[in-house]
Order: sequence, then structure tokens, then C-alpha cells
Amino acid sequence: MADTTLIAENDILARFPEGVSQDERKGYQGYIVAADRLVEFATALRDEFGYDYLSSVTGVDYLPEGKMEVVYHAYKSTGGGALVFKVQVPREDAVVPSLVGVYKGADFQEREAWDLLGIRFEGHPNLKRILMWEGFAGHPLRKDWKEAYFEEEKKPFDSRWPGGDVYRAEDKNPFGKNVVYPEKFDPEKWTPVGEEGFYGGLRGFDAGDGDEDLKTEQVVVNLGPQHPSTHGVFRMVVSLEGETVVRLEPVMGYLHRNHEKIGERNTYLMNIPFTDRLDYLASMSNNWGYVQAVEKLLGDKAKVPERAEYLRVIMAEFTRIVNHVFAIGTLLNDLGAFFTPMLYALEERELILDIFEAVAGSRMMCNYFRFGGVARDLPPGVYEKMRDLVFERLPRKIDELDRYLTENEIVRARCEGVGVLTPEEAIAYSAAGPVLRASGVPYDVRRADPYGIYDRFDFDVAVRYHGDVYDRYLVRLDEIRQSIRILQQALDDLPEGEIISGKPKYSIRVPAGEAYGRVEGPKGELGFYIVSDGSANPWRYHVRAPSFINLTALGKMCEGDKVADAIIILGSIDIVLGETDR
Amino acid sequence: MSEELNAKGYEIPPEMRNMVAVTTLDKLYNWGRRYSAWPMMFGLACCAIEMIATAASRFDLSRFGMEIMRPSPRQADVMLVSGTVTKKMVPQIVRLYNQMPEPKYVIAMGACASGGGPFKEGYNVVSGIDKFLPVDVYIPGCPPTPQALLYGLMKLQEMMEKQSIKTVRWYQKEDLPAIPVPILGPDLIDPRDFPEFQVKLAQAADQAQVEE
Repeated sequence: MADTTLIAENDILARFPEGVSQDERKGYQGYIVAADRLVEFATALRDEFGYDYLSSVTGVDYLPEGKMEVVYHAYKSTGGGALVFKVQVPREDAVVPSLVGVYKGADFQEREAWDLLGIRFEGHPNLKRILMWEGFAGHPLRKDWKEAYFEEEKKPFDSRWPGGDVYRAEDKNPFGKNVVYPEKFDPEKWTPVGEEGFYGGLRGFDAGDGDEDLKTEQVVVNLGPQHPSTHGVFRMVVSLEGETVVRLEPVMGYLHRNHEKIGERNTYLMNIPFTDRLDYLASMSNNWGYVQAVEKLLGDKAKVPERAEYLRVIMAEFTRIVNHVFAIGTLLNDLGAFFTPMLYALEERELILDIFEAVAGSRMMCNYFRFGGVARDLPPGVYEKMRDLVFERLPRKIDELDRYLTENEIVRARCEGVGVLTPEEAIAYSAAGPVLRASGVPYDVRRADPYGIYDRFDFDVAVRYHGDVYDRYLVRLDEIRQSIRILQQALDDLPEGEIISGKPKYSIRVPAGEAYGRVEGPKGELGFYIVSDGSANPWRYHVRAPSFINLTALGKMCEGDKVADAIIILGSIDIVLGETDR
Repeated sequence: MSEELNAKGYEIPPEMRNMVAVTTLDKLYNWGRRYSAWPMMFGLACCAIEMIATAASRFDLSRFGMEIMRPSPRQADVMLVSGTVTKKMVPQIVRLYNQMPEPKYVIAMGACASGGGPFKEGYNVVSGIDKFLPVDVYIPGCPPTPQALLYGLMKLQEMMEKQSIKTVRWYQKEDLPAIPVPILGPDLIDPRDFPEFQVKLAQAADQAQVEE
């Protein structure tokens, strides 16, 4: 947490005269740290400079320069802008010291960088693949790695019907499907790796204490990937002693749809509908995060008109309500109140989706934001509908939900004191959104690092102090109320005027450089890291997914609780697999 | 009810109507099945959310006798493949399908399950569940609206109606073979490819050479 004796930021170079230098490439910011000084640097950053929250870790493959770069974005949990630092290593032998010892939240992100980019993190306690399976050939996000359906480096592709004959990607692959194998591979002589080693690691703990008569055996239980309470295709491997969770390991990647690889081939505009499909309950917020990152690169060329700024806030806050009522509904599902609370939640969701459908043309995948504005203006009648919802119906319905659930004895008995995460742990694990705020850290990107026009609205950052499942539920309820407050102000002030600056263009050229755009999505801090090389397609496109990173703390939260509680702890984190696995 | 069940060409006396129906076994059997097709509670991706919305009060799946979603494949009749099928997930999906008792149906909901959809080019994406499972109804859309899903389910009911015990594949003399479960190797391996594997591998190597 914040220390009073912090060193000012511009002293970083003075504090580290060797091994740290300013990143001087055009369009880039931050510091380049020598690999052997990284751990020392990060420790000082956390303890002396107050950057205690490591938001994002990712790698960039600079193929032409033969370099692999790891990019870190650190923040102060008291608010303010990012401190970016980077480590550059040779591509062929990419080894970087792990920061798990300094920031625990780096755990899954470093595993992801190892999985997809082949950067080895020395000292990482559990450096395994996380999104792909153990034994998969290659590191797919490397720029020289080609997939089975590879056609061309960049979109838009050439004609798919040259000479009038249409072809599909399957027709060109001898197997007729999306597979590629190493040369001379013989499946009949090949033995699987991975799964056995996985369970072996979990079995390692034996609590017998040498007493043969009292030898207790731990049981390994698999929850998922097909399980009604894992919110999609998520898997938890739990070692149990009796009913108590000794260790829990999340396994993901069952919905890994290669968002980043596809995104690096798309043009900038093409990526907007793909971001819809990240967190498919909150497509409008996802749009915003991505658009914000690209707008940062574009600079003044993409100035957002007043009306569009308001429309963005309105849509993002409606999305938050949709997401939170859904999260509360599924949490109650997980608690055993099967589908009835969900019906109440879905009723409100449908009404908001009607607005989205009228405005954007689609219920779920809105694809509404554009660089420098939004895609469409409000059709007639929608404004009145929104006013009716925000001023009349929603406040009433949220109170109703509150009345039915909050004081319910079963809800309280099951949720209070379960899955506790202390504020220190929450920050260390890089938890974000309601999970962080329920632990007593009032960190909301809308306040800590305001974007759009959030500085104009009067709202409170919802915060609770117990860090348990119940508080996470209450924070969501509070946030719905705050969203309604913001919506009421935004609808009152909504000005007339343009909705997009300049003429909408299909292909934009983005100046070379890097940008990190982040918004407070309903699940937490949603960040997009984009590296542009000045062409029509991003060179690197990375998503800092709050669902994914919040899961880093899942194991810690479940330790010592009952296995039945693991389900509701997962429900209280509120993950969406599209975003977790990307 | 008996009106609906009655086979054509049989005159039922007026006083017996609504009490007696003369019908075929097929018709009776299909009538029972079509109004109690239990879907498996199994969501993969975005489409699953629309599936949940369809089950909720506004669209109400139970009007079609389908409100009982079963998390266990052993109790389900219809597998709604609702979302992107990834290589990492497909072994589980095939296993779930094999565990379902016959008669069983598969609905590919949305663009991804039908053919890979927007993510088709991805290295971890199976371009359509029909590469592994026999699909009965494809529902287009990304995601399909609840109305589209309902229409797809109604199409499935129509299909059930037309089936005959004599010809459906699960009532033949020989046992239906289970679908071999794909293996996660260096890439996804389909055991059905084994006989021709080396030939195709050589072809792929040739192709790579030509392209270089």
C-alpha cells in the first residue's frame, strides 16, 4: 500500500544509473531495463516508488530486429498513470527473469507469454503452457510461426475466387482441416505428454506425517471443462482433503480462439467486431478499450465529438448493468437457487438489449464504437425508452433484487467470510474490478486514471472491506446503482451534434508507436496494448483481460475452503471465458 | 391431441373423437419424442448466453418441451453446440456425444459451430463441429438470436417427426460405433486419419516446398 517516503518518478534513472535507460524509439515511452537488473528494478519500483500494482505483462516479437521484448505496465494503487518498463532479449534465446516473486499477478501472464511467444521466465515456479496444451508444436504468436490455414501475412486478402473459382482454406490443406504437423511425425509411435505430469504435481503433497495408520490420501477432483457451474469451458483441478480444498489449479484455454494472432493480421477497423466477442456480456466496454488505445496512437486525428462521448458513457454504463445483473444471477445459480433469480436478472437484461439492438443493430455483438466517435446515432424513440428505464424501472428493479437477495439467510450463510482476499493480496495478485474493490481497495480506472468524460460525472467508487464473496456481490449491486446515477446525468446532459469526427474510413493508417488503452470494464481493468509499425495492421495486439488475471488469485481464495465453496468463489470472480482464453 | 396423432384415412366415430386415435407406432413414438427433447446444459462461448436467454422467460424454451436442460450427457437428447469449438475442447465434446444415449441429435448453433465462423483461421479452432459429429440442424448467426434458435429447434422437431424406427441409424442390427476421440498431439490428431496419415503428411510437405 501507499508509503509516505516515496521517491519521485523522475528519479528512476538517478536511482539506477546502470542497466536502466529511457526508451527513445519514436512513439514509445518508458524505460528499458537490462534483464539481469529486472528483479532489483521491479522491487525498487514496488517498495520505493509506490508502483505496487502490476497491471499487464506481455511480449512483443520484433522479428526484423531479432529481438523479443517483454513489456510491463505498473500502476500505483492510489491512482495515476502507468509506468512502462521493458526488457529486451535475443529472439532465439529469450530468457527473462520472472517477476512472480515481486508481483504475484505476473504468474499467469508470464505463463501466457511463454505459451504463445516462447519467452522463458527463469525462476517462475510453474512455467507450463496455459492456453494451448502441453505438447503443442511451436509458439503461435511468434511472427514466423504459420498456422494451417495461413493465407497471407496481412488482410485484406487477395481475391478468394481467382479466375472465378472459389476455394476454401480446407481445400488447400491435404488433411482437409485446420491441422499442421511436424515433418516425419508418426501418430502411432507418439506418446502423449502433459496430463499425467499435471496430476503428478498435484499428488505431491501427502499429509500423512509418517504415521502409517493415519495416512490420509488427497483426492484430486476435476471440475469442468463441461460443468454447469464453471460459466463456460473452464476447468479447475482441486486436491481435496476430505472436503477441504488443499490446492486448486485453474486450467484454461478451452475457448482459446486466437484473438491476438487474428488481430495482428486484421486491419485496425476489422478488430472492433472481434473485441465484441472477448467478453461477450459486455461488448460495448470492450469496444471502448480497443478504440481508446488506437485513438491514443492517432492523436488529434481522432478527436471524439461531445455527443459521441456521451453516447459512449451511456452504452458502457448500460453494459455494466447488464453484466452485473447477469453476474448476480449466475452467482445465485451457483448457490443453488437455480434459474429463478436468473429470470429476474435476464428480464432487465432483455430490456437493455432491446436498446442495444435498436442503436447498434445487434443484441450482443454491438460493434458500435469507431475511431473518433460511434457508428450510429440514436434512432427515434430510443432516448425516451432509455430515460424510462434509467429513471423509472431500473432503480425500482435493483431495489427489488436487493430486497430479495441481500438479507436472505442462505445467501449470507454461504457467502459471508468465504473466499477472502485481503487488500494486500488483491493488489499483489493484480486483481481488478469488483474483486479488488470488494477487498477494500477503492481503485476504479474511471476515477484513478479518468478516460472519456468520466471526470464530469458525480459518482462514488463502490468499495467494501471484507473481501469475501458476499462483499463482491454487494459491490456489484452498488455499482449498478452508481451506473444508474451516471446514466441519469449523462441522459440529462446529452448534447446534440456530430457523432463521429471526420469521414468514416475502412482503412486507417496509424502512426508507428505503442499505446496502452484501458477502461474500467464490468469485470475490471480491460487493457489493450497495441504496437503499430505505421502500416494498416497492428504489429502487436494484446488484450489485458481482467477475467484471466483475476483468476490468478482463485487458488489462493479457495485454499482451506470447502469444495462446494470453490464454485461460488469462482462465481463471485465473474469470469467470461471468451475473455479469459481469448 | 388425438386429432394430431390420428393417421389419415381412419374414420373415428364422432363420440369417440378426442379419446381414440388410430395411428402408427412411428407417429406415436415421434410425437412423444419431439415434445420432450431435452437439451444438454452445455455452453461453449457467446452463443451459450443467447441459449440461456432463450431458456428464460421472454422466449421460453419450455413451450417446446425443452426446458429441462441436463448437465449430464446420459440424460440428454439434444446436444446444442453453442459456440466456437476449439481443438483443446473437441476431445471432450466428442466424449460427451459418445456418452449420450440414442436417439441423439446435434445442433450446430452459430457460425463458429457450423464452420469456424470469424475465428476459422485460428490455430486452435476446429472449423465446424461437423468435422467430428453428425450435425442435424445448422443455425446461422453470430450469435443467432433467440428467435433463430427457436426456429432451429422447431426444424429439429420437424425432422424428428419424419423419422422412422425402421430406418434411423440407431435402431439397425449392428451397433453404432462410437466416434473416435481426437488426441491432442503436436496438433489435433483425428484417429480416423491414421490409415492415410503418412500419405497426407508427405503431400503437405510437398505443398510447403512448392510454396517456398
